[in-house]
Amino acid sequence: MHEMSLAEGILQLLEDAARRENARRVSAVFLEIGQLASVEVESLRFCFDAVVKDSIAEGARLEIVEAPGTGWCLDCSQSVPMSDKLSACPRCGSFRVQVTGGTEMRVKELEIE
Amino acid sequence: MCTTCGCGHDETKIEGHAHEHGHDHDHEHGHDGHHHHHGHAYAPRRSHAPGMTPARMLKIEQDILSKNDAYARENRAFLADRRVFALNLVSSPGSGKTTLLCKTIEMLKGQCAVAVIEGDQQTSNDAERIRATGAPAVQINTGKGCHLDAHMVGHAMQQLSLPERSLLMIENVGNLVCPAAFDLGEAHKVVILSVTEGEDKPLKYPDMFRAADLMLLNKCDLLPHLRFDVDQAIEAARRVNPAIQVIRVSATTGEGMGDWLAWLQARR
Repeated sequence: MHEMSLAEGILQLLEDAARRENARRVSAVFLEIGQLASVEVESLRFCFDAVVKDSIAEGARLEIVEAPGTGWCLDCSQSVPMSDKLSACPRCGSFRVQVTGGTEMRVKELEIE
Repeated sequence: MCTTCGCGHDETKIEGHAHEHGHDHDHEHGHDGHHHHHGHAYAPRRSHAPGMTPARMLKIEQDILSKNDAYARENRAFLADRRVFALNLVSSPGSGKTTLLCKTIEMLKGQCAVAVIEGDQQTSNDAERIRATGAPAVQINTGKGCHLDAHMVGHAMQQLSLPERSLLMIENVGNLVCPAAFDLGEAHKVVILSVTEGEDKPLKYPDMFRAADLMLLNKCDLLPHLRFDVDQAIEAARRVNPAIQVIRVSATTGEGMGDWLAWLQARR
């Protein structure tokens, strides 16, 4: 949705962490992006590469782990997998499913030098 | 450089917020809560061979939007201190947000002070329209940006005098996608859908309708001239967000404006 802002947010976190740790370079960044986070992963990669130019993380490798979407079906009272936020319960077809997982957008770890 | 927090905006312009050094990008903030010093290095894969830089892994586990969320918390605390009720108004461009705001301000005259933060990519036209009603307004121009964030809004709030128990209306950039993800410190997001748009907008842009607590269905005076199915639009919004409240309004004729003001006054 706003991958450029997200890439800028990631860069800020990297710069802060690198400053705290007296790192000269960030060589890899590990992200966790939920399947239901409305983030276009390919677009985020593109924006990340553009945003880190001339920064401490220029050329850094971006590793993205996708977290699966899960929901709680109010009719089945069960946790069910969700492929998008509007999907029906795969067990009973109800749309009364509350998203419980898969909306994460986190920087998990960094490789620094 | 900004004297409040040391920031230097590149593209963003906030009325009354001066930056002497536009090229300073050092976002070192003095406020508590912005820094999360819990990162720690572990499992060093160090190489002590001459000429090699030792690389190590650093676990940080931070939300990508954590900076924005920290600013939003500050804004919320600032507003709570003054008992100011803030709403974040979101919609597509052209849904009638500014006209609705002008009408709201007019109807609240003498009952409650209203201040407005206007977000647009360019121009201060909207802030000027608001100021013409007598209410104070600050325009934020986001430049290339597609949404307001909590940091810009924090600065804009400093430019306004916000009396106790007043109302702060934040008119976001006309965009049904990006503003959904950015908490500004508001009490509620209010989404405005005009009846000249499609009934299926909530299904096409679910994140925004899920983030909002109230949907104002605007321009209802035009319904006789359109083939817009109100029930279908409400059903689409409820499918995305079963808890969303809906009020039909027309900022032009005043229809439904009483219900909208009652909603406001009940929460303020």
